[in-house]
Amino acid sequence: MGLSQIDAPIYEALRKLRRMRVVPFDVPGHKRGRGNMELTEFLGEDCMSVDVNSMKPLDNLCHPVSVIKDAEMLAAQAFGAENAFFMVGGTTSAVQSMIMYACKSGDKIIMPRNVHRSAINALILCDAVPVYVNPDVNKQLGISLGMSVEQVEKAIKENPDAKAVMVNNPTYYGICSDLKRITEIAHAHGMLVLVDEAHGTHFYFGENFPITAMNAGADISSVSMHKSGGSLTQSSFLLMGKNINAGYMRQIINLTQTTSASYLLLSSLDISRKRLALSGREIFAETVEMAEYARSEINEIGGYYAYSKELINGDSIYDFDVSKLSVYTLPVGLAGIEVYDLLRDEYDIQIEFGDIGNILAYISVGDRKRDIERLISAMSEIKRRFGKSGAGMLTQEYITPIVAETPRRAFYADKISLPLEKSAGRVCSEFVMCYPPGIPILAPGELITDEIIEYIKYAKDKGCSMTGTEDINIEYLNVIV
Amino acid sequence: MQLWFTERHTQNVEFSIKVDRQLYSGKSEFQRIDIFDSKEFGRFLTLDGYMMLTEKDEFIYHEMITHVPMAVHPNPENILVIGAGDGGVVRELTRYNTVKNIDLVEIDELVVEVSKKYLPTTACRFDDERVHIFYEDGVKFIRRCENKYDVIIVDSTDPFGVGEGLFTKEFYGSCFKALHDDGIMVNQHESPFYDEDAAAMQRSHKRIVESFPISRVYQAHIPTYPSGHWLFGFASKKYHPVHDLNPAKWNILGLKTKYYNTKLHAGAFALPNYVEELLRDVE
Repeated sequence: MGLSQIDAPIYEALRKLRRMRVVPFDVPGHKRGRGNMELTEFLGEDCMSVDVNSMKPLDNLCHPVSVIKDAEMLAAQAFGAENAFFMVGGTTSAVQSMIMYACKSGDKIIMPRNVHRSAINALILCDAVPVYVNPDVNKQLGISLGMSVEQVEKAIKENPDAKAVMVNNPTYYGICSDLKRITEIAHAHGMLVLVDEAHGTHFYFGENFPITAMNAGADISSVSMHKSGGSLTQSSFLLMGKNINAGYMRQIINLTQTTSASYLLLSSLDISRKRLALSGREIFAETVEMAEYARSEINEIGGYYAYSKELINGDSIYDFDVSKLSVYTLPVGLAGIEVYDLLRDEYDIQIEFGDIGNILAYISVGDRKRDIERLISAMSEIKRRFGKSGAGMLTQEYITPIVAETPRRAFYADKISLPLEKSAGRVCSEFVMCYPPGIPILAPGELITDEIIEYIKYAKDKGCSMTGTEDINIEYLNVIV
Repeated sequence: MQLWFTERHTQNVEFSIKVDRQLYSGKSEFQRIDIFDSKEFGRFLTLDGYMMLTEKDEFIYHEMITHVPMAVHPNPENILVIGAGDGGVVRELTRYNTVKNIDLVEIDELVVEVSKKYLPTTACRFDDERVHIFYEDGVKFIRRCENKYDVIIVDSTDPFGVGEGLFTKEFYGSCFKALHDDGIMVNQHESPFYDEDAAAMQRSHKRIVESFPISRVYQAHIPTYPSGHWLFGFASKKYHPVHDLNPAKWNILGLKTKYYNTKLHAGAFALPNYVEELLRDVE
């Protein structure tokens, strides 16, 4: 049919549908917004008029044969993948699908422990067994890095029966592992390579970014188009290389994916893919310029450390994503989470997250130079008004987990609830994490230690937003009986 | 032929001036700039369609934003002006022989160029050797300044668009840091009259109150601004705007003004009850 990147088949089909003024006797029941005027006034008529259900001219995400199929083909081209699927359950659902594709019950999967909770959730769903590779840690910044090649190789040799290796690339903080080398080693041992590329959409479209999963020869990748790509929240892409059976993958996805995929999400993916394919290079050049500028200004304030490529060590920090604005805050005497709260409460500036020692401000094409100036000035003011001596701050240590049980068995085991202080020495049956970033401090099946309890208390005390436990206040933990 | 400039003051209120002719229209990196001639108000400048100044009433704004802090501060030598590319504030400041240095930070060079060409009544003293112009974002410029100025005058546009950053707490905090221990900051403070303007006024007042130990508000009547009732903020580390005013000292300077005088100075800080209440709500 001769489609190219200037086309956006889903978007065009929706526009056509709108022009045809079809009378809806199908769901959704708001009927182009007329049945819910308050919502329509809030979201806008244009938005409501394309919140429609699957129908012949719009194709069906569960089994695409026309416009969605075309749009997925264009996305695959744009990302340099063999196949690409539109995902409407967030990158969470993409990550789960790739793990469930690779692993059946009892299969091993090699992964860094600092994965997103969605990956461990997938293990609960499909009963795969994690083989954790401890990520390298930067002691000064207290952040976990990528996996070193040597560690991955060791895990592969010790677990030759593992089905797949999973890699975070980049991490939330912008750190990349040696994806190409890891992929080569995994493939040499017959393992699939799955990449959580949630924070790496722009690698595919900008210049001078770290290598993409597809270019590195990885088999499957989950890409959060809604993060740096500009689509609506919850919309993502699942990318597949040539060794992946796309039909089986579709079946896996359909196990848990909605049958009423939102066309708002689908069209946002379609339009965003078109936009990045056509002008991604300029867009991300601008983003990087803003991030680099902010970095140099923040470093000039003093105390703060906005880090970048100088961290590269050829292995566990194989490359760095310079579009990320990650800042180490402890030298000004404030935990990252405290700076995060002050920015919002005092200066009306919302950043992506703050943890014990760092903050991350998400820079994207939507940013304006003058807002960057505000962020920098607010950080300068926070240092002036609230800064203290950096002494006595707990640095964030990566705590090596002790895995006592598979996530699935721990999650479904008989359990009791114990006060946090009394839980040391027991096996946890639930998650504990700060969100964001959503990387578990404890995952189901892991041993609770005094060190972990102290860490949880400190994070709570500093105001981290903690999630994962059944007890909303995180005063009690569920442990296996 | 009927040619009118119209600015929307609220969803339901418009303000129009009959235009004689348009002299200039251009677009900079930051905003659209227009210059018109009119019979009633003389020449006037608009940015993104918002009235900035007219030849007929600019004296009110420029005198009130300049002479109030200059009369309170006992020895203002080093002055920072942010915005004010039309030159009006600089014109007033250069009349003080005691002033040694005036730094003007204007984000948009084109505003200065257009003003020099079309607004000779305000852009007339840029060549004074004490004046140094920096074409930079004011938020950025002031971040690097510490204990440097006696008076800062923030002559901003509105709290949306280009001037947005000049209404933020980080900016006011940076101004505090940039001032000497007895420094004064005066800012364009929006209007208390229409709801939306009043809310913006309250927001910025709250942020100034949180940043300075002394923060008072004064008013003037400016016919071409929305509602005509306009406010200025007076924020200070040490001096009270009325109690520390020395009328004799200012009057002996012999500056000829059309609006400002030292009696009016004190009176301008007496505000209508509803304005006092709006301010109290956020103090």
